[in-house]
Amino acid sequence: MPHAKLPRKSAHIDMTAMCDVAFLLLTFFMLATKFKPEEPVVVKTPSSISEIPLPDKDIMLLTVDTKGRIFFAIDNKKMRKSLIDAINYDKNLNLTEAEKFSFSIGASIGIPLNQLKSYLGSTPEQQKAMDANAPGIPVDTSVLSPNNELASWIKNGRETNPQLRICIKADGDASYPSVHKIIKTLEGWHLFKFNLITNLKGIPPGTAAYAESQAPKK
Amino acid sequence: MAELDTSGGGHKKGPGVKKGKKLSTRIDLTPMVDLGFLLITFFMFTTTLAKPKTMEINMPYKDPNLKVEEQNKIKNSVALTVLLSKNHRVYYYEGIGDDPNKAPDLKLTYFSAKNGIRDEIIAKKKFVDDMKRNGTLTAKDEATVLIKPDTTSTYSDLVNILDEMNINDVKVYAIIDISDIEQDFIKKTEEASAGGAK
Repeated sequence: MPHAKLPRKSAHIDMTAMCDVAFLLLTFFMLATKFKPEEPVVVKTPSSISEIPLPDKDIMLLTVDTKGRIFFAIDNKKMRKSLIDAINYDKNLNLTEAEKFSFSIGASIGIPLNQLKSYLGSTPEQQKAMDANAPGIPVDTSVLSPNNELASWIKNGRETNPQLRICIKADGDASYPSVHKIIKTLEGWHLFKFNLITNLKGIPPGTAAYAESQAPKK
Repeated sequence: MAELDTSGGGHKKGPGVKKGKKLSTRIDLTPMVDLGFLLITFFMFTTTLAKPKTMEINMPYKDPNLKVEEQNKIKNSVALTVLLSKNHRVYYYEGIGDDPNKAPDLKLTYFSAKNGIRDEIIAKKKFVDDMKRNGTLTAKDEATVLIKPDTTSTYSDLVNILDEMNINDVKVYAIIDISDIEQDFIKKTEEASAGGAK
């Protein structure tokens, strides 16, 4: 009697199914991805229970790092172009078209206006190096102060796009006076409504907000 | 890749007849899967799926033409003043501290979950609710928190205290500049606790 022979199995595994899964996931990530915008500085935002998502467009981002340096950015490329035109005209910076173009494709600005021309004239790599040592945009508590360059950035930004929402993204360890100056500047332009970018954290149980978050769902 | 011939013979047509070797129609998909997963990894690391959240704040409208008499006065009994200081310290006192003769009694606390500033805010709200119920305060009165960050406090303190307002559903609150007198209070309280406790 012959032994029942086990069917010899092939050492090959059919990869087709795995390949399908891999490319399905790949497609998902490619479509869902939105590349992280380039950040001039690393900012660790504090957490809050607020769940309002950041708007997709029309935002003016004011980044404050641990040392209190302020970086200014708006998202729309076209708006950036008109903004630099406005700033150029306003402050007589004598920027060339190439320098204006460099601004419109760039990310954040964190240098005083008198250095802007040389900053925009340099290559993106040099700009990155300059960002690391940038002093930040000068700011003051009063909008009328000539040193308050942030005020003119905000004013021109709002004029190019009145729908801009102002978002402050500050590091948790940034000192209060530096944020206070921004708030004062915004108040000076009669902007009383703005957003603070935070991380999400859980609502502590046993509080009023917790009760509210539980109630309407059930 | 080394491949084993596992077909195991099969029929033989005869000693003289040779069959042309059949080429498999299968393609080895392993490198393609490798590539697929490599790209997935890349997109996973560069993507931002979690959108940052924002907290909306409305600062009180400041009209420079508003006269002092026309400004709303908050009642002392509904107010809780919170002073933010260095090392995430929180000082608080009842009332608005407008009595120049009597220094407010500053108490120290932190943003801790237990016995922190939250308990004080909840207690204040309860106190105001009780006052409303027995008719001492009208229905229009709300517990009011005055937030006064001093120069040594950080941005995270500010966000934390604003967050507490949302957590505890405090409807009326305001961020106000700290006065020199209150800076002095903090200094005095610090000195007193340093001298007394240690």
